[in-house]
Amino acid sequence: MKNVPAISVERISKRFGGLQALKNVSLTIEQGEFFALLGANGAGKTTLISILAGLARADTGEARIMGHCVQHDYRAARRHLGVVPQELAYDPFFTVRETLRIQSGYFGLRRNDDWIDEILTRLELLSKADSNMRSLSGGMKRRVLVAQALVHKPPVIILDEPTAGVDVALRQSLWQFIREINQTGHTIVLTTHYLEEAQHLCRRIAMLKLGELVALDDTASLLKAAGDLELHIAVNPDHLPPELLSRAKSLGNARYCLALASADELEQVLCVLRTAGVSLEDVSLHRPDLEDVFVQMMERT
Amino acid sequence: MIGFLTLFNKEVLRFWRVSFQTVLAPMITALLYLMIFSHALSHHVSVYPGVGYIAFLVPGLVMMSVLQNAFANSSSSLIQSKITGNIVFVLLPPISYVQFFLAYLLAAVVRGLVVGASVLIGTMLFTPVHIAMPLLSLAYAILGGGMLGALGIIAGIWSEKFDQLAAFQNFLIMPLTFLSGVFYSIHSLPPFWLDISRFNPIFYMIDGFRYGFFGQSDVSLSVGFPVVVGCFLALSAICLILLQRGYKLRY
Ligand SMILES: Nc1ncnc2c1ncn2[C@@H]1O[C@H](COP(=O)(O)OP(=O)(O)OP(=O)(O)O)[C@@H](O)[C@H]1O
Ligand SMILES: [Mg+2]
Repeated sequence: MKNVPAISVERISKRFGGLQALKNVSLTIEQGEFFALLGANGAGKTTLISILAGLARADTGEARIMGHCVQHDYRAARRHLGVVPQELAYDPFFTVRETLRIQSGYFGLRRNDDWIDEILTRLELLSKADSNMRSLSGGMKRRVLVAQALVHKPPVIILDEPTAGVDVALRQSLWQFIREINQTGHTIVLTTHYLEEAQHLCRRIAMLKLGELVALDDTASLLKAAGDLELHIAVNPDHLPPELLSRAKSLGNARYCLALASADELEQVLCVLRTAGVSLEDVSLHRPDLEDVFVQMMERT
Repeated sequence: MIGFLTLFNKEVLRFWRVSFQTVLAPMITALLYLMIFSHALSHHVSVYPGVGYIAFLVPGLVMMSVLQNAFANSSSSLIQSKITGNIVFVLLPPISYVQFFLAYLLAAVVRGLVVGASVLIGTMLFTPVHIAMPLLSLAYAILGGGMLGALGIIAGIWSEKFDQLAAFQNFLIMPLTFLSGVFYSIHSLPPFWLDISRFNPIFYMIDGFRYGFFGQSDVSLSVGFPVVVGCFLALSAICLILLQRGYKLRY
């Protein structure tokens, strides 16, 4: 049990009529990872998650949660998985606390109030515990969805755009909470269109494009491969020394862009400028972020 | 087991929370039928020897309420969950398809029995009611509620919109219940309609339920009982197959 992957997806394909939603996707996520699944709208993220959750069935291939096949051993697979669905859904007949008690019951837990209280506190829902689901705002409803996915303390947690419509402060406290859960050994997989969230939180990233896996690597390696550190400068007078001019890209208006192999090179550039009597009007360092990586990946054919 | 009990409880709570619509309203409808039909027909319809028309009508109305409400419970719960999307909350947990079926089925039976009992108590305000074999009637009510509860599950799974479910209700359930001998003994029908009635499984349920009241029925229980049990088992089997395959629930 110890070394089994949290999630394993082997050559999964799924077709909706004429649309190939997933093409031969394979990936493995180890226990304890904090993993992002990224892709444009319609790339197939939710479809893949639905297959893992047993809400959809793959046409071919096999998916496992903690070693349990989501088809043949579906009860064990589901017991080990918590999913925050993308679509806002709620049962208007119940209050927040009732919703969470019922969800605990579905997972076979009878007295779960201590944990429910803790989740409610961490998600700042305690004051709404006895409000009807109908009376909650959209962001609050989404937080209840997160709470519902956590009631049974699943070892593997998948969050499909959990921060859509959630305000900034709560987004941060939500991620703080999820990070703590991750630190206690739970595997976290998330999708989001806020790429800085993914870059910040996730050690490893997969990217889907039209149902195909186009990237699967450590966040750091993806960022490194996306290009060098860039130095943007505005100089006065507009007269760059030749050794810099040869490697600079002019941005017009006495502005230039220089690619740096490492942060160390910065010192050397500044030195050359000082010696040439050129002063700096403005300076900024630009490091390719996940958004740049994402755009590159999506443009590549 | 806790998963099943929770789902069952939730389904019961769901209708109980809105019992004004789900229990009181159908009870009042049934009592209105009782008043109108007994007023309009009591001198024109002859039923069983020694049984007055109002007394004859009571078990028919009770059983009709059981059947219609059992159907309404499972079908409306499923279609609402599907349309609002909260069906995922019961699809994500490790609840087996058999538990899923039993929870929806039993909740439908409970709703049917609660409404049926309310109608029965309501009619007692208007007319004395005597039940010769209450356990037999109860058995029929449970079986009938189960059969329509199962049919409701099928309808709820199959329908994608409320109007599809309404069509199911208006073109199948309503005609079958109204033409099942709730308001008359089928022996008062012309031969053609009498033969047609014999193909209506709901007729056998009403007939058997009524037998528990008067010890008299249109057809022998040795025919009626197997028909009712057979229909219940067949519909349950269809439900289980649909649920096991995830038909229209897991795509
Ligand atoms: N039930 C369905 N029936 C038909 N087509 C579907 C169904 N579900 C998804 N699709 C299609 O499959 C493709 C992948 O959809 P999916 O929901 O997985 O995308 P996604 O990556 O989650 O997108 P988003 O970022 O918008 O949530 C889309 O083209 C979508 O239209
Ligand atoms: Mg999606």
